[in-house]
Amino acid sequence: MEPHIQVRDLNVYYEKIHALKDIDLEIPRHQITVIMGPSGCGKTTLLKSLNRFLELNESTRMSGNILIDGEDIYALGVDVTEVRKKAGLLAQHPFPLPMSIYDNVAYGLRIHGMCPNGRSVDAKVQHYLLEAGLWEEVKDRLHFPATGLSVGQQQRLCLARGLAIEPEILLGDEPTSALDPISAQHIENRLMDLKNEYTIILVTHILRQAKRLADYVVFMYLGKVIESGLPGEIFDNPQEERTLAYLEGQF
Amino acid sequence: MKARRVLQPIWFSSVLLPFLNRRVKDRFVGGAFFLITILPFAILLVVIVSLILRTQPILSAHSIGELLTGQKWYPLKGQFGFFPFIAGTFWVTFMALILAVPPCLLSAIYLSEYCRPRISAVAKPLLDLLAGIPSVVYGVWGMVAIVPLVQVFSSHVNKWLGFIPLFSKNNPTGYSILSGGIVLAVMITPFIIAVTCEVLRTVPDGTRLASLALGATKWQTIKYVVLPQTRSGIFAGVVFGASRALGETMAVLMVVGNVAKVPSSIFDPAYPLPALIANNYGEMMSIPLYDAALLGAALVLLIIVLFFNLISTIALRHIIGRSKI
Repeated sequence: MEPHIQVRDLNVYYEKIHALKDIDLEIPRHQITVIMGPSGCGKTTLLKSLNRFLELNESTRMSGNILIDGEDIYALGVDVTEVRKKAGLLAQHPFPLPMSIYDNVAYGLRIHGMCPNGRSVDAKVQHYLLEAGLWEEVKDRLHFPATGLSVGQQQRLCLARGLAIEPEILLGDEPTSALDPISAQHIENRLMDLKNEYTIILVTHILRQAKRLADYVVFMYLGKVIESGLPGEIFDNPQEERTLAYLEGQF
Repeated sequence: MKARRVLQPIWFSSVLLPFLNRRVKDRFVGGAFFLITILPFAILLVVIVSLILRTQPILSAHSIGELLTGQKWYPLKGQFGFFPFIAGTFWVTFMALILAVPPCLLSAIYLSEYCRPRISAVAKPLLDLLAGIPSVVYGVWGMVAIVPLVQVFSSHVNKWLGFIPLFSKNNPTGYSILSGGIVLAVMITPFIIAVTCEVLRTVPDGTRLASLALGATKWQTIKYVVLPQTRSGIFAGVVFGASRALGETMAVLMVVGNVAKVPSSIFDPAYPLPALIANNYGEMMSIPLYDAALLGAALVLLIIVLFFNLISTIALRHIIGRSKI
């Protein structure tokens, strides 16, 4: 099957720090790809290059190509908002927008003009809150401020908000690391359910989470992709010494 | 005498200190710092009380309502109406706000949301520099640059829009509310921009990123996410600017014309309260009640400014308190 995302010869520099070195990757469609590695290895930078968040920092330079469905997202004339609409982000900490629960989900629909007639907004908000597994808990207080939710609920709200813009790709930047175990499990279960419809890329440094979720594993170290492949190969029979060292908990 | 002066520190350190244990010393120091800290509030209280006391003579001769709404200011005839001065104060302040607020908000948004960090690192100290220019310099600049300009401008406006009372020209000079408003607007600009930038910074970056990650443009993020959250803080910045404008004396009195009449057009001269006090206190003090009337004007000014400061403090506390949650 043709890969959904292709990263070709990607190099990223922050000022003089060479953060990503010659990254070549192919990310399969409708699977969970887990990027793991010790902190500072460039996992988050790689993730940020996929929704063009890198360019928000003016000291960043990059070279190489990233293709989604064969189209270069960094090509001239590509609308950055369209790229971000295609690749939704679930951040490490949930940041609900300063508005009601309902409006958080409806926000993306409104800014992209996805609901020309207002009536369908209600249905979509309900649909995506259901999909994120939050509907039952919030259906009676949809118009209350989203900041009143617990952190775990907020993260699921962020998931619903991200799904509502109908992305093809979900980027998760350690989305469970700020959550309690039960909320984390909630999110993991949702991701498992969603992988049939979305290409999911998950950054994590929790090895057990990687083993539970991954269909495809990328191991990074010091800005380089050391090894990538199916979980069976990487976890049980790593080819690289550094992968083995990481799996054994040496760094 | 000499011996005692030498002995005093010894007496203090060897005789008194050993009796003060650490806790007593701690309480003593805490108490002393507390006294020093409340001193400014005590001074404010003294100012208010002494103004009230010195205003008594005129309050016993005229009622408060009569003073505040009185339109006539003829000290020699014993007529002391504050209304033209109160009106003049608000006209000039309002003019300044109309001129200053829209560009200030736009540049604050630009500096904190749009521009490169390098530009704001240069621009913000420059704005602080603007805040440090002595007000008399602004006054002179107003006299040589703004007043003549307003004089020419007002004749043209009068030709086309003179039928509207707000724009009619009843005054051949450029010394007017518009001139005072322009000078004041420039003076309060750095304050409004600084407060607004500070307020915009209370919005966490994660919130902005959340909006951008959904494919919102920068402007959508500012309009729907940043500004709604900071509305009360921006309001506080504007009121803060207003309270500075209300009390500004020197620069205004140099360009505003100082005619004790209720203005009706932006080209009319005005006579704001601070100008009244600064121009007249210490002269012609033999006129009965004149001294009490001017101090009454000072009291009115103080109350107005305190009121505006209070509003802006409450609004700011509201937003800063919320951003900490």
